[in-house]
Amino acid sequence: MFQGKNLTCVRGERIVFQDLNFDLAEGGALVLIGPNGAGKSSLLRLMAGLLAPAEGSLLWKGENTLDDFDEHALRLHYVGHHDAVKPVLTGLENVRFWSGVRGGKIDDEHILGALDAFDAGRLADVAGRFLSAGQKRRVNLARIIAAPAPLWLLDEPTTALDRASIGLLDTAIRKHRESGGAVVLSTHADIDLDAATVMDLADFAATHPLGYPFAGAA
Amino acid sequence: MGQFIFLIRRDLSLAFRQGMDSVMVVVFFVIAVVLFPFGVGPEPGVLERISAGVIWVAALLAAMLSLERLFQTDYEDGSLELLALSSLPMEVTVLAKVVAHWITTGLPLIVAAPVLAVLMQMDAGGFGVLILALLLGTPSLSLIGAVGAALILGSRRGGVLLSLLVLPLYIPVLIFGVSAVDGAIGGYEYQAQLMILGGFFAGSLALAPFAGAAGLRQSLE
Repeated sequence: MFQGKNLTCVRGERIVFQDLNFDLAEGGALVLIGPNGAGKSSLLRLMAGLLAPAEGSLLWKGENTLDDFDEHALRLHYVGHHDAVKPVLTGLENVRFWSGVRGGKIDDEHILGALDAFDAGRLADVAGRFLSAGQKRRVNLARIIAAPAPLWLLDEPTTALDRASIGLLDTAIRKHRESGGAVVLSTHADIDLDAATVMDLADFAATHPLGYPFAGAA
Repeated sequence: MGQFIFLIRRDLSLAFRQGMDSVMVVVFFVIAVVLFPFGVGPEPGVLERISAGVIWVAALLAAMLSLERLFQTDYEDGSLELLALSSLPMEVTVLAKVVAHWITTGLPLIVAAPVLAVLMQMDAGGFGVLILALLLGTPSLSLIGAVGAALILGSRRGGVLLSLLVLPLYIPVLIFGVSAVDGAIGGYEYQAQLMILGGFFAGSLALAPFAGAAGLRQSLE
């Protein structure tokens, strides 16, 4: 369903990874591991379309995702390092905005249901500035339940989450995969998914010792 | 269209709950103008002569004040990435944020301007044109400013850089804005100046969202 072919990512004139291929089926999961700076976040941003690959292509059901950025954006949910929780809006309002701006449902009941999936129903009336890091993360994760999208790109989603919340995330990911969705997540191995492909980004590090772009071609 | 309104409403409710930003802009505008009678003395002739210019310059500077934060908070808390990944094209996102910015800063300036005009002893004949000129001019200020605000994302001391980028681009609006008001006070034609202000508005409305969106994309790389 979602494929990457010969992907090379260049950041600040250095190759982060090169010749990376992946193929994600419906219901599939790809777990990205690797040391800091191996390019886990870069690969996720590349998949989201927030970064352009220096070489290679990303295909969604055979179509190049770079052809239509807006269309690709609606297929995916991206959870990055920041939680995009506004300090003056309540948990409910935050999730409602992100659901509505993607054309999702915005009635209270639906949004509360999404918050409950991460046991964050109690946070519905609490302003963002009073939320702890873990609570903000849960509100942010509720956003991806509120407006369904087939592809989840989660960049270290377990950061700041307690054990119980990681369990809820596990459940959410399992349900998402059972309904045909795919998930890519980067982690330092505190979540284990059934039948997931594990990809170590250190394997795709630049072959040239200095890592200069296109050194391989020379 | 629904999402466009949705984004404007969210930005408005953020602005109203934070409150301070738009209040600060108006207070700055008032204080900046009030300084002039103290500085140049209360002689009616002098104040009357410079009133239009002072009000316009103060309005430009006040509009500048709030621009830095136009995209900054969304950039810092990750909202900008998610807005980029929403169903709205980036250009429409920029336009929605500009509309919200104008409602929360441009509109209060226009409301405050006639009061300050009285303080500056402006001839009453100029009031109507002052409001009209501000109505046509301040949206251009927000639109042009949005391009600058998008370009400074991620840079340190962004506020200073922003004024260096944006103030020179404000000069045409200032020239024709002041000249329209002076024209009305002196009993000359002022329609042409208003039309040129309208032209700037139309031009920046057509171009600024694209330039702003390009700046935002650059900041997300």
